[in-house]
Order: sequence, then structure tokens, then C-alpha cells
Amino acid sequence: MYVKTERHPDLAPPVLEAGALAWARKNLFSSPLNTLLTLFGLWLLWATVPPFLSWAVINANWAGDGRAACETLPGEQAGACWVFIKIRLGVLFYGFYPEPERWRIDMAAIQLFAALAPLIAASLAPGRWERGLVLFPAAGALAVLALCGPVPGLVAAAFLLAPSILCRVDFTRLTVRLPTNPLLRAALAAGVFLGVRYAAQTFMPKAADSLAIFSLVLLFLAATMGKAGPTRWRLSLLVFVFPFISFWLLLGDAFGLPHVATDQWGGMSLTLIIASFGMSTSLPLGILLALGRRSTMPVIRSLCVAYIEFIRGVPLISVLFMASVMLPLMLPPGTTFDKLLRALVGMSIFYAAYMAEVVRGGLQALPKGQFEAAEALGFRYWRAMRLIIMPQALRVVIPGITNTFLGLFKDTTLVAVINLMDILGVVKSALADSQWLGFTKEGYLFAGFAFWVFCFGISRYSMQLEKRLKVKR
Amino acid sequence: MTTQETHHAIEITGLHKWYGDFHVLKDINLQVPQGERLVICGPSGSGKSTMVRCINKLEDFQRGSIVVDGIPLTDDLKRIDRVRREVGMLFQNFNLFPHLTVLENCTLAPVWVRRMPQREAEELAMHFLARVRIPDQAGKYPGQLSGGQQQRVAIARCLCMNPKIMLFDEPTSALDPEMIKEVLDVMIDLAESGMTMICVTHEMGFARTVADRVIFMDQGEIMEINTPDAFFRNPQTDRAKEFLGQILSHGFDETAG
Repeated sequence: MYVKTERHPDLAPPVLEAGALAWARKNLFSSPLNTLLTLFGLWLLWATVPPFLSWAVINANWAGDGRAACETLPGEQAGACWVFIKIRLGVLFYGFYPEPERWRIDMAAIQLFAALAPLIAASLAPGRWERGLVLFPAAGALAVLALCGPVPGLVAAAFLLAPSILCRVDFTRLTVRLPTNPLLRAALAAGVFLGVRYAAQTFMPKAADSLAIFSLVLLFLAATMGKAGPTRWRLSLLVFVFPFISFWLLLGDAFGLPHVATDQWGGMSLTLIIASFGMSTSLPLGILLALGRRSTMPVIRSLCVAYIEFIRGVPLISVLFMASVMLPLMLPPGTTFDKLLRALVGMSIFYAAYMAEVVRGGLQALPKGQFEAAEALGFRYWRAMRLIIMPQALRVVIPGITNTFLGLFKDTTLVAVINLMDILGVVKSALADSQWLGFTKEGYLFAGFAFWVFCFGISRYSMQLEKRLKVKR
Repeated sequence: MTTQETHHAIEITGLHKWYGDFHVLKDINLQVPQGERLVICGPSGSGKSTMVRCINKLEDFQRGSIVVDGIPLTDDLKRIDRVRREVGMLFQNFNLFPHLTVLENCTLAPVWVRRMPQREAEELAMHFLARVRIPDQAGKYPGQLSGGQQQRVAIARCLCMNPKIMLFDEPTSALDPEMIKEVLDVMIDLAESGMTMICVTHEMGFARTVADRVIFMDQGEIMEINTPDAFFRNPQTDRAKEFLGQILSHGFDETAG
């Protein structure tokens, strides 16, 4: 008979089982080939990183405000000339937007920040952020106030605090009271549109149309939001309200702001405008196309298939060319479209086709039972899509959507072919400056870094979003 | 009001349905009085699910007519909506909405289809969740519940729409044996409350205890309509005898093993 009387104590593992040495053995030197590859990798790092760092950081010229600061003296090691970027930072960000009006771009950026930051923060620390419903936004507004001054502080406060206030209002009463009859609804919409347009025409004729559209958007928002949480309000403000205010701010010619024609726009701000417009229009358009492609109505289905397959079959450059060169030829002489508008439309119709296929993938991943359950509960098509099908389908395809968004962001550089000066265009024009010849590396590195910062941000955010939504399944 | 009382909850006359060339439902005629508990059984592929799914127009049919609560079913969307509001349906795979909590699953349709205020809908949902005995799970997501709990949530979700008729499409077929009972208990409770129920199921015990009538279907046809007692004791058609023989011997195996 054997009886254990004492417990065996836990011993420390052998050296080669845990710890740094074991990790290295397992991952770096597990076989002769891996050892060789590790050594090669180390050599590669040693050969490339120190020289790059010494050029880009250690020997680089950061201070100064002229070409002279970047002269390499004999015997000195060559270094990057960041002065070149520094003195052009304004142009790189604002393009050729007139200097006294640049604050408008700043305001738009602050709005975007105030609308975006809480969304990102909420996804990074959901519980904490939501509990500090008013506290955190207020702190954010105060921070902007302290850093940028009173007006930006106020702008930020409006965007930061509005969702926390709106989420306490119950719009379901309004939803219930609005007419259900589609004819009455159309009449109400038309009434609001024409009413606002007529009223605005007396004091702000140039903004009358956009104001009328804006009021319709607000009505739609109030009618569909019901009682929504702060996150949904933040998203809605970002998608439905922010674009209008930015549009009036940037273009001007209304509300007492001088007009800034779009051919003066450029630089990083233009890149961001094109990218954000492209993203925010291609997704909803793509959803509609995906639904159309799955429709049981043959005409709609074949139209959507034809559109998607046609657009996916041609390069973006040719779509942009078509929009910019061919379209004016086909239209009656005298009608002019803004060049930027053409680029924006080109981008969004192109990427909508890609997005449609991504979304369709998500729709196909859903079991048929979800559609049936929605129908059996009495949901009509659109409402079932909005409340039941799309939230699930989009969740499945977050990686695909992110992928398409990143492609879109980087493809904004192609607007160069229709002579729009995005950040790459501005860098190129700066490189052509006869006073500053020979700083190609710095210019392109800066442009590349700018793109990387934004793309990396997008992909991190999507990863967070995926993680957070997965918890709920 | 008198017409309200005299008409049947469901009247199916001369119903035919084809999937392409395949004749799935053949000349179905059936009247279901209000408050009746009807059990439909039959071998798989006999068209019983398809017939039930025709009643709320999840499936189209090519010939014949269905009148639900006095509303003839046509292609008119408004009528289909009205019928679907009166008819609740339970599925084999529950089909809860996985992105919503249990409570949200229950309030979604009342708020958006019946236009009920959110708070009222939540109170209603909690009432029915208590009735199916899972009020404590209201904040969870369907994926966190067991199959039996999910099916009970699905029942509560239906009840929140205050249906006059409920259709059950094999509600316990996807469940583990030990969870079947908890769902059947809720269904029996419902049956006792006077709900009109049409239930496709293989649970013969359930059929025996609550059904007013049993329908046996085979190859798209109704072969036999009878009281449960008579049907189980003395089935009239050979096909029903064979079917019952298989089902019951299978039942014996289970209890023996």
C-alpha cells in the first residue's frame, strides 16, 4: 500500500524551460536554419537602423529657418533637413488656403476631434467613459479651451457635450407622433425643406439650399433616433451634423465668411476631406448596392450587379479622369462642376462598388433565420435591415471595411491626376522650389509618415471595435 | 362582434404549393377555431413546416386561400403585416438576435412595429420574461444562454407582440433532452391560457396532454385529423401506424436505455 503523506512543493522550472533564455531558444535558435535566419536578421537591423537613425535624428537639422541651416559642412556627417518641412508645415497642412482664413480649417479640425475623440475613448475604456457621461466631455472641452483659446473651446464643448445631453432626451414620442403614411411623410419633408429654404433665402440666399437639406437631415435624425445612448448620438453628430458645419466653414460665402474656392484647398487638410467624404459616403452607398444585389426584384438586382462589376473592372484613375475630363464634354456647355466635387464623387462611386461586395459578404454570413424572425415579428424590409440585419452583417465585416477604408485613404493621392494638390502634391511642389532642391528624401518621408499615422490609427481603432463587439456575442 | 366570434382563427382552403416542379403541399384544407391547440406531426419532408410557414407568409403559395383572423392573405404587404402582427412564430433554431440583449430582443418589435414607448415595452418584456421564468437573464446576450433558455426568450419575444395565434415550428428539436421539458412546460402554460396554438412537433407526450386535435401529414397531404386519444390508440392510415410505431419504439428505447 502506498499513501502520500506530504505534498510535493512547486519547484522553479529548469533554465531552458521558462524565461528569456528559453524564449530565445524556442523562437530564435530552434534549428540551424532558424539560427542562420536570426543572425541574418540581426545583421540587417544593425546595417540599416543605426545609419537611418543617425541621418534622421542624430545628425538631422531641426533648428533654423532657412536653407543655410541645412548646409553640410565639410567633415560633418550628412543629416536630414527637417527645417525644410518645418518652414513648410503651413502649406503642407493647409495647402494654398489663404492664410487669414486658415483658422476655419482649424475649427473644422477641432470639431472633428471633438466628435471623434469620445468615440475612440469610449471604445478604449467603455465602462469608465460612459459612467463619466458629462464629466469626461467637459474635461475635454476645458482642455481644448486651455490649449487653443475660448472660441475653439466653445466649438469643442458643443460637440463633446451634445451627445451626453441628447441621450437623456426621449425622441420616441416624436417618432410615435410623426405620420406613418408615406405620402404624408413626403409632404412633411417637402414642407420643411421648402419652408427653411424660403426663410433662408431672405437673409442668407447662398446657403439656403444647404440649410434646407440640413434641416431635413435633422428632422430625419430626430425621427429615427428614438431614445439612443450617447455613443449613437456621437456617431450621428459626426455623420450628419459635422459635415454640414465643416462645409459652410471651409467653403464660406455664407454666414459672413469670405468664399474660398476649392482650387485653393490642398495639403493634408484636402487629403483628410477627400478621405473622410469617401469613407462616409462609400459605406452607405455600398450597403444600398449590396442590398440591391441581393434583392428579389430582377431589375434592381441586375442594375446593381452591372454597376458593381463595371466599376470594379476599371482603375480608379480612369474613373477620376472620366469624372474630370469626359463628364464636362457630355454635359451641355456652360454647366461647370467643381473639380473637387468631381473627385469626391469619383472616389465615392468607385469605393462604393468595393464596399458593396464587402457588405454582401457579411449579409451572406447571416443565417436565413434572422431574416425570417424579423419578418415573423412584423418588421418591414428597411427597418429589419437597419435594426436587425445590418448591425450584425457589418460587425462581421469590420476587417473588410477597414481594409477598404485604408485603400481609399491611400488612393486619395490619385487625385493628383486631375490637378488637385493633396499632401503628396504639395510635397512635390515644395520639392520643385529652386531654393530647396535636393530634399526629396525628407519630403517623401514626411508624406509617408503622415499617411502611416492616420492609417495606423484607423486600423487600431477597428481592432478595438472588433474586440469590444466580440464580447457581446 | 358576432362575426368576430363565429369566424375561425385560421381557415385554409384548397392550398397548393410548389417548389419549382416539386409539389410540396397538396390540397390542404383546415379550419382552426379560436383557442384550439393543434399538433401537426408527420415524417420529415412531409410539408408540415412549409404549411405552418405559409400561415404568416414566410412562404409563398400558388393556389388556394388562407384566412387568418378574418384577414385573407394576399400579396398585399399591408395585409401581410396585419397578419404577422397577430401571429407569433417560434423557430427550431430560436433565431434570437445575437447582437441585442435578451431584454432588447423582447422590446425591439413592440417599440418599432407596435410603436410602444420604450419604458412600457420594457415593463411588458419583464412581465413575459418572468412568465417564462428567466427574468434574471434580461441583461445577457443570447449567446450566453443555454438552448432551453434561448427558446424561452423566443417565446417571451413573441408574447410581447400580444399575438392571437402562435405557430411553433419544431420548437424543441434543436434542444438537449434535459432542456426540452423546461420549454414544454412554458408551452403547456401557454396552452392553458387559451392561446390558439399550432405546433409542429415530435413530442408525443405534449400532443397527448394539451392538443385538442392531432394532424398527421405525409408527402404534402393531410392524411388524418383526429383527437389525440384516438390518433395514438388507433391510427386510421397505414402510414400513420408505421410512423407512430417508429416514434414510439424510439421512445421506448430512450426510456429503457
